[in-house]
Amino acid sequence: MRKLVIDPVTRIEGHAKIDIYLDDAGHVTDTHFHVTQVRGFEKFTEGRPFYEMPAITARICGICPVSHLLASAKACDAIMAVAPPPTGVKLRELIHCAQFVQSHALSFFHLSAPDLLLGFDSDPAHRNIFGLIEDHPEMARAGVALRKFGQEIIQGLALERVHPSWIVPGGVNTPLDSGVRDRTLAGLPAARALAERTIAFFKTVLDRFEEEIANFGNTPTMYAGLVDGGGGLQWYGGLLKFRDAAGALVASDIPARDYAQYIGEAAMRDSYLKAPYYKPIGYPDGVYRVGPLARLNVVDVCGTPVADRELAEFRQRYGPMVHSSFHFHYARLIELLHGLEKIEVLLNDPEILSKHVRSRANVNSLEGVGMIEAPRGVLINHYKVDEEGAIKWANLIVATGHNNLAINASVKQVAEHFIDGEHFKEGMLNRVSAVVRAYDPCLSCSTHANGMPALQLVLRGPDGRVLSTEG
Amino acid sequence: MPENISIRIDGEYVPAQEGQTILEVARAGGKYIPTLCYLAGTSSVGACRLCIVEVSGVGRLLPACTTPVQDGMSVTTNSEKLKQYRKIAVEFLFSERNHVCAVCVSNNHCELQAMAQKLGVTSVRYPYAYPKLGVDVSHPRYVLDHNRCILCTRCVRVCTEVEGAHVWDVSSRGIRSMIICDMNRPWAQASSCTNCGKCVQVCPTGALAEKGFAVDEMVKKDHNMTRLAARRGGHS
Repeated sequence: MRKLVIDPVTRIEGHAKIDIYLDDAGHVTDTHFHVTQVRGFEKFTEGRPFYEMPAITARICGICPVSHLLASAKACDAIMAVAPPPTGVKLRELIHCAQFVQSHALSFFHLSAPDLLLGFDSDPAHRNIFGLIEDHPEMARAGVALRKFGQEIIQGLALERVHPSWIVPGGVNTPLDSGVRDRTLAGLPAARALAERTIAFFKTVLDRFEEEIANFGNTPTMYAGLVDGGGGLQWYGGLLKFRDAAGALVASDIPARDYAQYIGEAAMRDSYLKAPYYKPIGYPDGVYRVGPLARLNVVDVCGTPVADRELAEFRQRYGPMVHSSFHFHYARLIELLHGLEKIEVLLNDPEILSKHVRSRANVNSLEGVGMIEAPRGVLINHYKVDEEGAIKWANLIVATGHNNLAINASVKQVAEHFIDGEHFKEGMLNRVSAVVRAYDPCLSCSTHANGMPALQLVLRGPDGRVLSTEG
Repeated sequence: MPENISIRIDGEYVPAQEGQTILEVARAGGKYIPTLCYLAGTSSVGACRLCIVEVSGVGRLLPACTTPVQDGMSVTTNSEKLKQYRKIAVEFLFSERNHVCAVCVSNNHCELQAMAQKLGVTSVRYPYAYPKLGVDVSHPRYVLDHNRCILCTRCVRVCTEVEGAHVWDVSSRGIRSMIICDMNRPWAQASSCTNCGKCVQVCPTGALAEKGFAVDEMVKKDHNMTRLAARRGGHS
């Protein structure tokens, strides 16, 4: 038996390693996706006052701190047993949409577009954002502009682009300035045009990737996501819904506080990332996916016109339930459009400039759960506190964690299809990395990880010899 | 009547009175000497060592806040040596406890943080002690986080000398020193506490804070305290 090791896997958020085992004929026999760091947030926050949790959990990630802030703030709202004022909720939604725009733009343009536009088999030294800038400057500019647009909304609202301390238990700490609203509205048409142009272009290149679409984690699983009462896409509010691979409803209307009845977490022998599973089915068969593709599989509609038009076309092309993880990219672009449309709706809301943006209270409940959709999927923060408000216990289920079992299955499928140990090429390993990239995993988030390089792939032979590493 | 004397600070003659400290004379003369533990209106203890100065003829550095002036004294408040020692003092404060500005309620409103920036402390050259310390959240309105305490004892002094309650004390010695409340009880059980909040307002860091404030939000209102102390006849 030989073994290939990809270590680290590149162009992802966080750190991981993939082992691929080959038999004597060079065929893949097994794969393991390892997340190699532990961070310990659930433990070291014990004893902290609960209202410090949003700022602490935000430090889990520099890309999606807003999601962590929101999930944590919602858990704190539950502990205080208060509802933030309507404008506080809308402003939280607004900053969340801005984060979706910048995060989805980062995933598509900066991390995955080098594979999609330069080719999976292109020179790895060129297959990165700088190669993209050289060969497709317009596309690179669009990516930078869309990220900038999202980040500037965050800056406008919170005065900080990364780890904004603006989201607090009970709401947000300052109202929206009308100048920021007007500036953002003025910039929206250009941002929407870029997003629409990108999705139109993406649809023209889809045919190049038939083999990848067919083999990139194209296994049926359940899907989970938040939906509103009308079956519409929800990123901030909504209730959790599970659909099976055929699209049949498995469970719905699950409020945050009941998550543990439906989601179990299995510890894995060779990874610091736990594997959440659908509890009524059990581990390891209760596999479900979250994130952009899962959300589009779970919802009936997005709820905004342009995104709904794109969703209809997406379903016409691939059916009502789309299983290939390659299509996380497509789904991400549809969501990017939805985010921009939602920003416009929120900014035009007559209440958005209201000064009443925060509710205040002390501890009124000894337990609180916050659940939102982060760009990468469902994010859950669950705290137990003592009567004075000190954290006694914390459990965080971060978006990428839900996809752990699916990522493992996808890695195996891609490795089995593309890797030929006898005629080995770098592009084969890149496809294994790329399927991980399709999920846009945030591994540093999901293990809640210390500093090491990103994802590493190692190919080992039957005698355990390392044949190749990538990363 | 205290006797008028004359001392030199950084080469300039500055009027002074017997009984004053070097810090009082320097401040009255418009001279800046950095401080952290000093709290106008309460007694001085020389705990933080930020106000160290050089005095001609004395072989060691002296804290300006507790050293009385003497006629003919010549004081240097700023030199390369003093800058280095002050930086070391601040670095020691950071390394002793768990100061994580990014997630602190007093971020951007913290005297320790501001002092580090002023003195150009961009990194800590000594190993962090990472002590495992608790947070006393028992009080209904206030919280004590030992991780952020620099043992300046402002809380001890303001409580004893201004409020007159003497809730706070320092237990143990050296690196094990801790601020304690009523013979080491949880704050909520401190029968001597009047819940006045003076300790919270004079605390230079986020160690003592009002409950419910998120990161960056705790802005201390210590100026009132200083005025109050002065009116009560404390030190100026």
